[in-house]
Order: sequence, then C-alpha cells, then structure tokens
Amino acid sequence: MSAVIDFLSQNGMELLGKTWEHLYISLLAAGLGVIVAVPLGVILTRFEKAAGPVMSLLGMIQTIPSFAILAFFIPLFGIGKIPAIIALFFYSVLPILRNTYTGIKGVNTSLLEAGRGMGMTGWERIRYVELPLSIPVIMAGVRVSTVYLIGWATLASYIGAGGLGDYIFSGLNLYQPEYIIAGAIPVTILALIVDLILGKVENKVTPKAIREKNKTA
Amino acid sequence: MLKFDHVSKVYKGGKKAVNDLNLEFNKGEFIVFIGPSGCGKTTTMKMINRLIEPSEGTIYINNEDIMKKDPVKLRREIGYVIQQIGLFPHMTIQENISLVLKLLKWPEEKRKARAKELLSLVDMTPDYLDRYPHELSGGQQQRIGVLRALAADQPLILMDEPFGALDPITRDSLQDEFKKLQKKLGKTIVFVTHDMDEALKLADKIVILRGGQLVQCGTPDEILREPANEFVEEFIGKERLVQAKPNITTVEQIMNPRPITIMSGQSLTEAITLMKQHRVDSLLVVDENHVLEGYIDVETIDQNRKKARLVGDVILPDTFAVEKNALVRDTIRQILKKGMKYVPVTDENNRLVGIVTRTSLVDIVYDSIWGDEAAAE
Repeated sequence: MSAVIDFLSQNGMELLGKTWEHLYISLLAAGLGVIVAVPLGVILTRFEKAAGPVMSLLGMIQTIPSFAILAFFIPLFGIGKIPAIIALFFYSVLPILRNTYTGIKGVNTSLLEAGRGMGMTGWERIRYVELPLSIPVIMAGVRVSTVYLIGWATLASYIGAGGLGDYIFSGLNLYQPEYIIAGAIPVTILALIVDLILGKVENKVTPKAIREKNKTA
Repeated sequence: MLKFDHVSKVYKGGKKAVNDLNLEFNKGEFIVFIGPSGCGKTTTMKMINRLIEPSEGTIYINNEDIMKKDPVKLRREIGYVIQQIGLFPHMTIQENISLVLKLLKWPEEKRKARAKELLSLVDMTPDYLDRYPHELSGGQQQRIGVLRALAADQPLILMDEPFGALDPITRDSLQDEFKKLQKKLGKTIVFVTHDMDEALKLADKIVILRGGQLVQCGTPDEILREPANEFVEEFIGKERLVQAKPNITTVEQIMNPRPITIMSGQSLTEAITLMKQHRVDSLLVVDENHVLEGYIDVETIDQNRKKARLVGDVILPDTFAVEKNALVRDTIRQILKKGMKYVPVTDENNRLVGIVTRTSLVDIVYDSIWGDEAAAE
C-alpha cells in the first residue's frame, strides 16, 4: 500500500495528465468515428449494392494488426498524436458502421412505407423514423468501439502520442512492474467509466417508448 | 375527382401488373378495389400517390396530372392507411396523429388541438394523446392510423386492407364507424380489400380487377344484380347472390306478366264473367295500346249494375303503379305500407306489362329462405 502511495506522490500529477491525454486521444478518435460512420452507415442502406464491398473492405482493415497500422502511418503522418488518432479512428469506424447499417436495416419496412406514403422526404424518414428507432443498436456499436479504443490507445504511445501507454512501455523496458500496473489499472478504470457513461447516454437518447418496450421484452 | 386514363404498369422483367385501366370517380365516393391476390389492386392504388409510378397513361386528381406534381407534396395531400397500421412506436399518439402536420410545419399548439379534435371523432378521450402505440389495442391502433390520414383534412384517402389484420368483431365495428365518418366528412376513399363482404358493406363503387384487367366497375347493387361474368359471380359467391336477391331484383323479374285486363268499352257483364272465370275480384282497365287507365272491382260493379253498362262508366282511376325497373325492395315497402293487395306494373310509356300481388312476394321470401335447396334439386 505504501508503495502505491509513494508512487502516486511522486507521479500523481503526471499520471493525471497521462490519463487525460489517453482519454482525449480515444474519445477524439471515437468521436470522429461516429461522425463518419453513422452517416456512412445510413448512406449504405440506400445503396445496398455498395454495402457488401464497403463492409468487407473495412473488415479487412480491421484485421491488420494495430501495431502495423501505427507503423504504417509514420511515413504518412509522422509521429505524435495525430497519426495515433487517425489510426484509432480507422478501428472505430467498422463497429459503428456495421451497427448503424444493421440498426437501420432492422427498422420495420411497413413503418417506412407509412412514412413514405404520408409524404416524408428521405431526410425526414431518417430523422424522424430510422435514426430514433435504431439508436439502441447504433449506441451499442459506439460503446463497443470506444471501449476497444481506450484499450488500443495504449499502443499509441509507441508512436509518441503519449497517454497511459507511456507507463506500460517504460515498465516493460525498465523491468519495473509498478509502472506497468500504473498504466494498466487506470486504462481499465477509464474503460469501465466511459462504458458506464455511454450507457447512460444511450438511455438518454433512446426514445422512451422503445426503452420501455425493450425492458418488458 | 380521380381519373385513370389508359394506365398500365409493367414491372421490370415484363410482368404486366396493371393493363390499360380507364376509370373515373366522383368526389365523396367510397371506391373499393377488389380482386384475388396479384390482380393489381394494390399496385393501382399505390400509383395514385406515386409510391409506384405508372409505366403508361395518366392519373388525374382534380384534373391535375399527378406526374407533374412533386411526389412529396402530392402524398401530403393524400391520406394513407396501411394494413400493418404503421404507427411509429417511438412517438406518442399525439405525435403520430399530427405527424403530417409537423411535416407541413404547423405550430405545436395547432397540432395538439387538431389531434384532440380528431381523437374525439372516434370517441377516444384526450388522455390517449400522451400514450404510446404499444399501450393500445389493435382496433384502437388502427383508429389512430385512420385519424393520422385525416389530420391535414386530405380530401382523398388511400387505404390498403386497413382492417385486414383485425379480429372479426373489431373489424365489423370499425367498418361501421368508418363508413359513418366518411359520409360525415365527405372524403373520397380508395380502399383495397379482398373481402367481398367488406366491399359490399362499405363501397359506393366496386372495382373488380383480375390479372391487371378491369373486370367490372359499378355500385354494389349493380354488381350483385348483373355480375359481368362467371368470374365475378364466383367471386361474389352464390350465397351472397341469393341473399341479395330481394335487394336487387327488379319488379319485372318477379311480376306476373299476364294480368287480367279489360277495356273500358266492354260491358260490365263481360267484366263480371271475366272475374268469375279467373276467380279475381278486380280487373285492370287498359286502352287499345295497353296503357293503364284504372281498375274496376266487384263492389263498384255491384253498386252500379242498374245505372251503368260499360266498364268506362264505373272505372276507378288508378292512382298507383310501379315501373318495371323499380327494385322489389322498394315495392315491397310500398305494398305493405299502403296495404294494397296488388300493384300494377307499367313500362316507361305507362303501358301495363304485369302485376305484382302478395302471392309474388311469397315467392321471393320462399326463394331467399329455400333458394339454395330449390336450385340444387
């Protein structure tokens, strides 16, 4: 216990800074992911034929080891936070995109027909019908990818992005387990807290009636 | 109000769903499209609000070619009700009812007032406004579905088997309710169904389709009375045809075409002989062209035996006769109301062509009760 207190008194402020760094790298990447993947998912539901190829392409990118991607981006974007955020962003896209696509595809077709028949434009159908009804599925994708991203962001320190990965890597290099632990535990806590917060957000943005129906079902 | 001019729909792959349809309907008519599945009834209906676009021909609403209008604008002017009800589960009843108004950018206050007003049309209390569709029964949900189509006071409403998914009792009461509502509001309705009972109950005009072709278009009475061909007869069903008989048969079909007549120039002695011969107590008096002049009965002959000699002297001018094309239904009512023993039947030139007696009515009642068995024998 005294070791922990010692460590914190020496590195406390730095730890807080690294945690913050870590959080904003991951959240920024996830945020970019949402901004890109949700509209793209909606667009793909309008172009069924393109959906398959786009999904498998993204699936392929997903299978490239994260280390390889980070390394691959060094000649393109150099080192530091920006290439790390871009690389993490790539990983966040697929789960969100896939869930958006599935969520919107899952909206009852008779509702869409009713909407079209009563004179909704394409945008109004997305805004008033498809998005509200697929929010739970989309949010599940956002949660999964954000939690993953928090884990993967540790690797980003390898290309000089900073974050809690710094501790883990120094611990590994210097054979100092307390540094590894000092990096790993906050990452886990961070992931749990973010997941919890996103859960609340999901609840908040899901229309009330859908929430109740899911609860009883 | 609504006109189909040589409208066809050919799907990709050459399947002809609707073939050269020509129809015209008036404002306020309840039009029912009916036919077996795949007959093109739904396709025809969906062409009206351009959910499906016609391949050939033109559809006019109030003399406006619908293809020249913006489809979104067009649809907002036409109510639409589907079988699956299609209420949005994440919206309250109020939001569902007033959705078209929201699309039309009505202010919130007016939308709410309108939703309340509409709800009262189907005898639902305003506390339903804040509930969600899943809290309502199927019948209530479809009531809301109908109200949603009425929200912007659209003059024309399309309904695709709206009561098909409901249980028979709810369906029946909703049909009654809706028919009343339609009459009250004077809407023009295009209604698709495959249920003949529903069509006969609701329609002002029935359009029977088969394989994309128009088979027959007419009022329920016309179709029951003169089915265009065997297909229609079969589609209506023998039972319904028999049941509907008293409602649609004309007087001509049941009258006795050989009434006992006498001319006004003949003598009373001849008249009384004729009565005795045919065992009747009155005679219809006609002129040489068979035009009905009146009647004489045995009592007047008896009273005037001493004074008069000719039929023309004692003739009682006939006050009431029916046209041969009149419906039996109406004739029965008159016979019963006036307490008459018989009614002479005339053609359009007032010439006597037959007579309906109380005995003829017995035949109809007999037919409608035992008709099936008698036909089978």
